Amino acid sequence: MFVYADNAATTAVSRTALEAMTKALAETYGNPSSLHRMGREASEALRQARETMAKCLGAQSREIYFTGCGTEADNWAIRYAAQAGAAKGKRHLISTPIEHHAVLHTLEALKKEGFEVTLLPVYENGVVRLEDLKSAIREDTCLVTVMYANNEIGSVQPISEIGALCHEKGVLFHTDAVQAAGHLPINVAAQHIDMLSLSGHKFHAPKGVGALYCRKGIPIQPFMQGGGQERGKRAGTEALPSIMAMAAALEESCAHLEENRKKVEYLRDKLIAGLSKIPFARLTGDAANRLPGLVSFCFEGIEGESLLLRLDLAGICASSGSACTSGSLDPSHVLLAIGLPHEIAHGSLRLSLCESNTEEEIDYILSEVPQVVRTLREMSPVWARMMETNPDPYKE
Amino acid sequence: MAMEYSEKVMEHFAHPHNVGVLEDANGVGEVGNAKCGDIMKMYLKIEDDIIVDVKFQTFGCASAIATSSIATDLIKGQPVGEALKLTNQAVVEALDGLPAVKVHCSVLAEQAIKAALADYYKRQGIENELSRCADCQGCCDHDHGVVEED
Repeated sequence: MFVYADNAATTAVSRTALEAMTKALAETYGNPSSLHRMGREASEALRQARETMAKCLGAQSREIYFTGCGTEADNWAIRYAAQAGAAKGKRHLISTPIEHHAVLHTLEALKKEGFEVTLLPVYENGVVRLEDLKSAIREDTCLVTVMYANNEIGSVQPISEIGALCHEKGVLFHTDAVQAAGHLPINVAAQHIDMLSLSGHKFHAPKGVGALYCRKGIPIQPFMQGGGQERGKRAGTEALPSIMAMAAALEESCAHLEENRKKVEYLRDKLIAGLSKIPFARLTGDAANRLPGLVSFCFEGIEGESLLLRLDLAGICASSGSACTSGSLDPSHVLLAIGLPHEIAHGSLRLSLCESNTEEEIDYILSEVPQVVRTLREMSPVWARMMETNPDPYKE
Repeated sequence: MAMEYSEKVMEHFAHPHNVGVLEDANGVGEVGNAKCGDIMKMYLKIEDDIIVDVKFQTFGCASAIATSSIATDLIKGQPVGEALKLTNQAVVEALDGLPAVKVHCSVLAEQAIKAALADYYKRQGIENELSRCADCQGCCDHDHGVVEED
């Protein structure tokens, strides 16, 4: 059996997105900036795509800027907020230690340029607390950037409350919604979000296209210089085929959001319940506030890369935050930030589902993972040592 | 970037040889630490200067398991003197190569064997350079003859 359970890494392109893209490639090939009919047709398609995206997010069309990826949107929003803040003498930013590197590395770069960054604690469940944010906001805070939902442990942040607090304090609020868009309801107006980043390939659009929502009235400045596309804010000929595919994919995801969510949450909960039966396994992230398809565990006594590759041999595509999979000596910054010791964080596994996964696939995963974990434990000196002081669950 | 393992590495990872504990081992060595994500433990049974049996336990990535497996193959049935000469480079070659970031796994395999041999000498009451660092787990100052590769 083959099971793709790495949808938080990327998703398969949907038929809807593929059709929209194929149509654009074959027919809507004009440059939206051209004055002739092909240009006008492309420009109209672009307008429609922007309108669709805006509707899905509770935004206005003019508040949507297409980008090359989620990372670009994150960099752009944070860089702009820092620059605008600095002009007013505000050089303090607030974020969390579990953000994606697109955010964390941008903040690191800003620190080197003289900005100050406060990372809020996220506790064991990977969720920020409003009282911490409240006391972290200062007179010179120019931006609060908190991800909507975490890509490794699935924790969902209290975005509406964070937004409301930021607005009460008069601070800009950006959220990296790359994992949330198309999977959780988003309404930027109701949730007091000033800026929001998303990426198409996390909801069945192709890779290489994303968007930044930026509230009307925020004078965002261009990230790169060039033509006057995207109302002069994002130069470069619009990637129309990808943009049309992304709009179609987001529209489809949002139209079926509740129904997909119910289905995926059912599969997720079944998987969590089954994997929880493995001895010395712990669920990471918040048990209740989590992404619909995200299952994340640490299995003590084993190492994540071995687990991942053994599952791959069994036909299951998953992911891990172990050091060996990250190519560094440390396991994932997210797992360390929620307080897991290195040796436990090394044994992490992430399975991320989408609406096309089936219950048979979940059953298959549940038949394979416990076996692989056991086999690896049986050859692990760490496990052997643990069993010197614990009753061995594998021995009758 | 996804890492490329050779077929040989995958074969030893999927079906490792000599896994387990040797109850009557007379040389046991352990190197690495769980914090870094790799631990190897080697058990040797040495009779008349020949390694008659060898087993390992490893906590670590696919290449850590594969290097342990091939290293045990390489020294099984060999005289102690030959096992002492085993370099991490020989381990890498026997696996048809390792990705650069994984070469340290082969170093660990070499160190695990040396640690087990050091323990053997110590138990036999033989004083030599190796037995003096029986408990150093490869982290002492003296040269363990490890060749790191880019």
